[in-house]
Amino acid sequence: MNACPENVIHLMDDYLDGDISPSDEKKLKEHLESCSDCRKQYQALSKTIAFVQSASHIQAPSDFVQKTMARLPKERQRAGVQRWFRRHPMLAAAAIFCILMSAALFTNFNDDQQFSFTKQPNLMVEGQTVVVPEGQTVVGDLTVRNGDLRVEGELQGNVTIVNGQYMASSGVITGEIEEIDKAFEWLWHSIKNSFKDAAAIFDGDDSQTAE
Amino acid sequence: MDALVNKRIAKVLKGDQNAFAEIVELYQHQLYQICYRMLGNKQEAEDIAQEAFMRAYVNIHTFDQNRKFSTWLYRIATNLCIDRIRKKKPDYHLDAEVRGTEGLNMYSKIANDDELPEEELMRMEVQERVQYEISRLPDKYRAAIVLKYIEELPLAEISEILDLPLGTVKTRIHRGREALRKQLSNL
Repeated sequence: MNACPENVIHLMDDYLDGDISPSDEKKLKEHLESCSDCRKQYQALSKTIAFVQSASHIQAPSDFVQKTMARLPKERQRAGVQRWFRRHPMLAAAAIFCILMSAALFTNFNDDQQFSFTKQPNLMVEGQTVVVPEGQTVVGDLTVRNGDLRVEGELQGNVTIVNGQYMASSGVITGEIEEIDKAFEWLWHSIKNSFKDAAAIFDGDDSQTAE
Repeated sequence: MDALVNKRIAKVLKGDQNAFAEIVELYQHQLYQICYRMLGNKQEAEDIAQEAFMRAYVNIHTFDQNRKFSTWLYRIATNLCIDRIRKKKPDYHLDAEVRGTEGLNMYSKIANDDELPEEELMRMEVQERVQYEISRLPDKYRAAIVLKYIEELPLAEISEILDLPLGTVKTRIHRGREALRKQLSNL
């Protein structure tokens, strides 16, 4: 081995890597012919490689794909939604606003399917109809939900009827009459009222009654 | 191949899970083989290979489609394998000692049960020996040797998978080769 140039090992490595220039390859081959130690080393390494490469090709178990897919996280739709949010933050904000608004609207609208009305003294109820009896005076605003209103006496205040109707009669109403029977109108009415309420908070306690 | 895979990745990004099943179909055997050769155990190989696919799926939006998908996938898998090997290192030597006898027991059992022909036994023993010798390599060299000689990947790709300079990959392959030669000198 003493006579062997230092770089023979490197040449051998390059050769075995399949990464050697033709001139180096020639040098290596010449050396291997003359040096039995290096030849032995080279043969041993070649045998080693052949041995490792004799490892048979291994196949994944037949249910591998199915098992792998079963292991994937199930919230891939959520991941998709998150990705979309990241890309379109403004649209996402708008979408969330719309979803919340419509949710609020429809729960309100559907929750109020029952017949109800503002409790005032003197009012009478006939089935689904609220009646202001003849000769009586009701003071204050009146809201009737899912029912009708008939005024035979006098009503001093505004009237709101949701999903019902005002039946014209001989009575007197001093305020405004508003009939609401569609979801959109209900929404508009809710918004208007919430603004009014908000204004009332800022204006002071009595502004609503002064109206 | 890459164009095909990229098409499927685009579908996966849109939330199409079946497209990912096709990707798994394409790479399952190679990925399982890398894991098996790295870990020397079918159960663990299956577990880690599945884990690698799972991570690829979860992080698919970070994959740069100008690169080779297999390189990215193999990188996830080899990292997981190396982590697994390092985690069980404390009892590794015990393990290696037992492994030989375990293998013998297993094969003698098969021989008793099924009366396999002599040459079949010989073939199995060589396979067992190959795996055993690969498992004895330090994990640094093992990954390089498996990718080079079992998967037969080009050096440049191995360097990308292992995230190492080309020179370091070469050194590891040379040292791994030399270590194997020494291990096999009594063969």
